[in-house]
Amino acid sequence: MRLQHSAIDRKHGTGSATLIPEEPEDMWHAYNLIQTHDLLRGRAVRNLKQEIVTGARTTKQVVMDLTISVVSTDFDISCGQLHVAGRVAVENDHVKKGSHHTLDLELNRKFTLTKGEDPKGGVWDSVALEMLREACDTERKAEIWAVVMGEGVANICLITEHQTILRQRVEVAVPRKRRGGIDGHDKGMEKFFSTTLSTLWRHIESARTSSTDPGKTVPLLLASPGFVAQAFLQYIKTEASRTMNKALLALIPSILIAHASSHHVHALKEVLSSPAIQSKLSDTKFARETALMDQLTSLLRADDGRAWYGPREVERAVEKGAVGRGGGVLLLSNALFRAQDVAERKRWVRLVDRVRDVEGGEVRVLSSLHESGKRLEGLGNVAAILTFPLEDLDEEEDQEHAEGEADEGEQMVI
Amino acid sequence: MPPRSGHQRAKNIAYEEDDVYSDNEYYEEDGDGMTDEDREQLRQGTIMVKEALGSSVSVSDSQIQEALWHYYFDVGKSVTYLKNKHGPAKTIPASKPKAPSRFDQAASSAALLQTKGQGEPPISPNREPDIACIAPSPRCISNSNVRSADKSATMTTASKGCVETPDSVFPFPAPLDHLSILPRDFFWDTPWGNVESCRLGVIREIPVLPRGRLLGGSSRPSKLAALAAARKKKQEEANRETAVPQPNASASEADQAVALLDKLNFKNKAGNGSSTPTPSEERGRNERLGRLQFLKRQSSPEKVNTPPEEPPEPEEEVLTVQVPNIRTTPSMFASTICGIGRLPAAEQPSVISSFPVPFSGMEDPTSRGLFAGPSPDDIVLRAQAKGNKPKGGQQKTPKEQKLAQSMETLAVEETPSVKSKNLNVAEEFEKSGMKRMANFVVVGHVDHGKSTLMGRLLYDLKVVDQRSIDKLRKEAETIGKSSFALAWVMDQTSEERNRGVTVDIATNYFETEKTRFTILDAPGHKDFIPNMIAGASQADFAVLVIDASTNSFESGLRGQTKEHALLVRSLGVQRLVVAVNKMDTVSWSQERFEEIKQQMSAFLTTANFAKKSITFVPCAGLTGDNVTHKVEDSNARWYTGETLVEALDASEPGKRHIEKPFRLTISDVFRGGITNPISISGRIDSGSVQVGDPILALPANEKAVVKVIEVENAPVDWAVAGQIATLHLADIDPVHLRTGDIMCDPKDPVKLTKSFTCKILAFEHVLPATMDVFRGRLQAEGKISKLVALLDKTSGEIVKNKPRVVKPGEVARVVVDLEKELPLEIGIRVVFREGGNTVAAGLLEG
Repeated sequence: MRLQHSAIDRKHGTGSATLIPEEPEDMWHAYNLIQTHDLLRGRAVRNLKQEIVTGARTTKQVVMDLTISVVSTDFDISCGQLHVAGRVAVENDHVKKGSHHTLDLELNRKFTLTKGEDPKGGVWDSVALEMLREACDTERKAEIWAVVMGEGVANICLITEHQTILRQRVEVAVPRKRRGGIDGHDKGMEKFFSTTLSTLWRHIESARTSSTDPGKTVPLLLASPGFVAQAFLQYIKTEASRTMNKALLALIPSILIAHASSHHVHALKEVLSSPAIQSKLSDTKFARETALMDQLTSLLRADDGRAWYGPREVERAVEKGAVGRGGGVLLLSNALFRAQDVAERKRWVRLVDRVRDVEGGEVRVLSSLHESGKRLEGLGNVAAILTFPLEDLDEEEDQEHAEGEADEGEQMVI
Repeated sequence: MPPRSGHQRAKNIAYEEDDVYSDNEYYEEDGDGMTDEDREQLRQGTIMVKEALGSSVSVSDSQIQEALWHYYFDVGKSVTYLKNKHGPAKTIPASKPKAPSRFDQAASSAALLQTKGQGEPPISPNREPDIACIAPSPRCISNSNVRSADKSATMTTASKGCVETPDSVFPFPAPLDHLSILPRDFFWDTPWGNVESCRLGVIREIPVLPRGRLLGGSSRPSKLAALAAARKKKQEEANRETAVPQPNASASEADQAVALLDKLNFKNKAGNGSSTPTPSEERGRNERLGRLQFLKRQSSPEKVNTPPEEPPEPEEEVLTVQVPNIRTTPSMFASTICGIGRLPAAEQPSVISSFPVPFSGMEDPTSRGLFAGPSPDDIVLRAQAKGNKPKGGQQKTPKEQKLAQSMETLAVEETPSVKSKNLNVAEEFEKSGMKRMANFVVVGHVDHGKSTLMGRLLYDLKVVDQRSIDKLRKEAETIGKSSFALAWVMDQTSEERNRGVTVDIATNYFETEKTRFTILDAPGHKDFIPNMIAGASQADFAVLVIDASTNSFESGLRGQTKEHALLVRSLGVQRLVVAVNKMDTVSWSQERFEEIKQQMSAFLTTANFAKKSITFVPCAGLTGDNVTHKVEDSNARWYTGETLVEALDASEPGKRHIEKPFRLTISDVFRGGITNPISISGRIDSGSVQVGDPILALPANEKAVVKVIEVENAPVDWAVAGQIATLHLADIDPVHLRTGDIMCDPKDPVKLTKSFTCKILAFEHVLPATMDVFRGRLQAEGKISKLVALLDKTSGEIVKNKPRVVKPGEVARVVVDLEKELPLEIGIRVVFREGGNTVAAGLLEG
C-alpha cells in the first residue's frame, strides 16, 4: 500500500489518509483499517436513470468520486476483494445524500479514508496508526506456497506476511490397501499427485503473472505426515524432467519438505515452528508470532500462573501491572479491532496503549488469518504472558458470574 | 456362515417357461397322441418319479403320468411339480403353485351361471357350429391317451365342449389352441382391416366353410361378408338346434367379472375352445388354417403374456370341475365385437333379435367409444412393463366386488434394481448358529514385530501357503531385508515394503476351532496413528505387541506402546492380550518377561484396564515359538501357560447390537470390479444389512442400494453388527462416498452435528484450540471451543467450572466445534489429536 497523502491530527485522531493498494494483501490491511462510520472516498460507477419529457427512460453510467459513510465491510479472502457498503455522505449532481452505495476497492486505484468526523465512529487511534504504518511498509514481503497433504487430500495455501490463504483443497479418493487391491492404491496415489501438481502449478502460474515482479520465485513448502510429501516431490521431479517444463524445473531447488502431523491446514503451525523452516522464513511476522504462541502455550501447560488467556483475566492482569517491562507480552487478534462496536474497540485500544506506553510491555496484534491468530482465537482472541505469576485471576470471576453458569449449562445441550 | 445366495427361484421360473415352449413344439409335431416309445418312456418315468417322491407325497400314477407328459418326460421337473402341488403345504413366496386364481374363480362363477340358463348365443353372426364340431384337437386326443380312468370325469365334461388342457397350468396360452376353435373365436385375432388374402381365399374356396366371418374393421359389412352372411343365414337356421351351448350373456354379473379378466388376457378364450373328434379330412384343412393362424398369432400383441392372471397349477379338483367351464366365458374379442360383457344386459335382447342380419345388432364400434379408454392391449402391455411379479393366490369366493378390488391391487410397484429377500436378519443370524466372531487389532510401538507376528500366525495356521512365503522370502532377500518376509504377508504396498513399516491397516482372516478371527494389523509408526485409530475402532479386543529386547521395550513405553494402549482403551476395547515378542533375542529369560509384565501391568491398570482382562504371553514371531505351538527352547521351560492363539481364543467377543438401527463406518471406498463399480468396506457398528436394502450415506445424504454383500471375501445374503463387510452398492455416485462417512438406515438416520459436548479424558494438557477429531476412519478438523467443567473421575460430578487448562489424567466436559457437519451420535467415542500427539479421548454426550 502506498500512502499518497496524509492529514492526520495525532492528538485528536481526526484527519484523512489517501492510499493506493498495490497488492492483494493490501486489501486485507484496508479491511482492518476501515471501520463503520468512517468516511471513505473512492471511485464509483452509478447507473443514472433519466426520464425525458416524452416519458422515455434511459440509463446512463456515470463514473464519479463518491464519499460514503461506512455501514459494513465485506472481505473475500480467497480473491482478496473488499466491498464497502455505506450511505452517501457528500452530495453531488447525480447522487443524493443518504442514498446507498457499495464501493468496490480496486488495486492501483486510490481511496481516501477519513476518521473522526462522525462522533459515533472511531478515530485514528494508536492501533489504527500502527496498522497504517505496517500496511505502508515498503520492505519486501515474504511469501511462500505451502501444500499440506495426506493420502488423497492436499491443501494448497499461500502464506504471506499477514495471511494464510487456503487457495484450494484437492481431494482424490485413494483406495486403501486391501487384499488383491494393491493396484487401486498406487493408481489412486498417482492420480492424486497429478491432480495436486496441476492444481498447484495453475495457482503458482496465475500468481506469477499477476504479480508485480514476475521473475521472482516463490518457495514451495510440502508438508505431510508419513512419506506423502517426499513421494510428491519425487513425482514433481519426474514430471518436470519428463515434460521438460523449465519453469517447474526451476522451482525444484526451492522446494522444502517438512513433517506435519496431519493434512489439515492448522498443521502448518508445527511446520512453521520447526527450526529448519524458520531459518528459511526468518524474521517474517508469522514466525515471530508462532514462536510467541508456542511460548504462551507451554507456559499455560505449566499452569504456574505466568500466562493467562481470556478477556477478563488479561484485563485484570494488566490492571495488576503484570504485563510490563521484562517479558510481559500482550497478544491480541486483529479481529478484536474490527469489532463493529466502537466501545469494544476502544476497550482494546485502551488496553494496548496501557501496556505499550504505561507498562512498557510488548504488544502483538496477530492476524486472524494466520495460524497463530487462529490459535489465539481459540483462547478468546486475547492472551498475555506475565512478568510475574498471578494466581486465581479466574476465581473472582466464578463468584461474579455464579448466575452465568446456568446459561453455560444450557449451552451445553446442543 | 449365512446362507449363500442362491437362484433356486429363478431356476424354477425358467423351467416352466421352457416347458411352455417345448409343449407347444410337441403338440405341433405330433398331435396324434403317443407312440409306443412314448408309452414306454412314460412307464419308466412313472417309476422314477415315484421313487423320487418317496412316501412323502401321495400321488396317483395317472397324476405322475400327466405331469411327465407335461414336462416332456423330464423326471426332475415332474417331481418338482408334483412336490409343489401335492407335497406338504409350503409357502415359498415366489413359487408357482397357487390356489385357484381369481381367474379360475371368475371362470367357475361364470360357468355356474351358465349352467343355469343356456340362452341363445348372442354372437350368432360369428358362430360356426359345424366348425366347432369338426375342429380336431390333437391335444384332446393326446390328453385322452395320457389320462387314465380317474380322468374320465374330465373327459365327460370335455364332451360338453371343453377339455382341461395342460396349458392351463402355464402362463402362456398355448398357440396350438388354434386347433380347437369355436366359431366365434375364429376371428378373435382378426385385425380390423387388411385381412390377409389367405383367409379370404379359404372362405372362397370352400363354400361349406362360414363366410360371414369376414367381419372386417368397419361398421359396414363388406360386400363379400354380406354375401357370405346371406348364405350362411340359412345354414345357421338349420343348425341352430345342434349348436354347441353358448355362454349365457344375461349372466351379467359373471360376465363383468370375466370381462374384467378378459381385458387382461385372451389366452383362456383360446383354451376354452373345445372340440369333439372330427373327421380326419376336415382336420387336415383345419390344421393348415390353424398354422396360418398360429403364424399370425405370433405377431399379435394380444398373445402377450400377462402376469396377473397366470393360471396357477390348479388342484386336482379344480382341474376336473372348474376348468371345463372356462370355455363358456365370452372372449374379449367376442365381447368387443358383439357388445356383450360391456353392454348392459338390457341391450342384449336387441342384439339377439337382430340376429338374422349379421352385424345389424351392433352399434357402430366408433360410436360406442370402444377406443375411448385404454385398449386391452395397452393395459396388458402396461402391466407387463411394470414387471412380472408373481401374485399370491387368494382363495376367496368370486364376488364381483372383491374381484374388482383384487384387480386394483394387481398394480405392480416399480421394482427396485436389486431385489430384497426381506429376511429377518436377526432371526437368520440366530438360526445360522454362526461361529463366534472376533475382530482384533494388533498394536504396539513401531518395529516391535506386529506384522511379523501376524504373518507367522497366518503361516502356521496354514492361511498363507508355503509357496507364497518362499516367494516373499526371496523377494525380501533380494533387497536385503530377509527378516521382513513374514511381515510382508501383511504389508503389501510397495511403499510399505521399501520402508519396512506398516502404513495402513492390513486385514486378514483366520479360524480356530472356536472362533473366526479378523486381524487388523495396525501401523506402529507415530505418523500413522490415524490409521491405527481406524483399526482399533473396528476391534473387539486388542493384541499389544511388545519387544522384549533391551532398550526396545523402554523406548516403546515412552512411545507408541503407551499411546496405543491408551487409545485402544479409550476407543472402548476392554480386553488386551500383551504379546511379549522377540523372546528369542533375550534367550527366553523369565526375568525379563516378569519385569516387562510388572511394568506393563502397573501402567495398564492406571489406564483403566481391569487386571483380569489382561493376558501376558511370551512369544517369538520370527521363529514362531509359542505363537501356535508351544515353545521348544530349553530356556523356556519355565513358561507353561497358553500360546498366543490359545490366548486369543479365550477372549470373549463383544456384544453385538443387532437390533439397533444399521450403522456402518466406511473405512474404504474402492472399485470392486467391472460388475461392482462402487464398493465400500467397513465394520458394521450396529444393526444388520441384507442384499437389496436401501442405505443412506452421510453426510452426503444420498441413498444407495446394497447390491452384494461380502464377508471375508465370500458373498453372503446378510451381515450383522461386528462383522467387517464389503458392500457393493448401486444407485449412487462415488463422489458421495468418502472414507469416514457413515452408512445408515434411511428410516433412522444419524443426525448431522456441527457442535457437540463431550466428556474427555485428557492425556496431555488440553487448551481450547484446534484439534484433529477422529472417529474411526473419520478424521475431521475441529476445535475445542470451551472447557465447561472439570469432572470427578469416578462419580462424574463437576469439580470445577470453566477450568483454564485440563491437565493430563483429568476428566473434563468440553464443547467441540467442527469445521463441517458430521454424522455423530451420542455415545460414540472420539479421539482428539493435536500436532501429532493424542491429546484426549472423549465420549459424546450431546
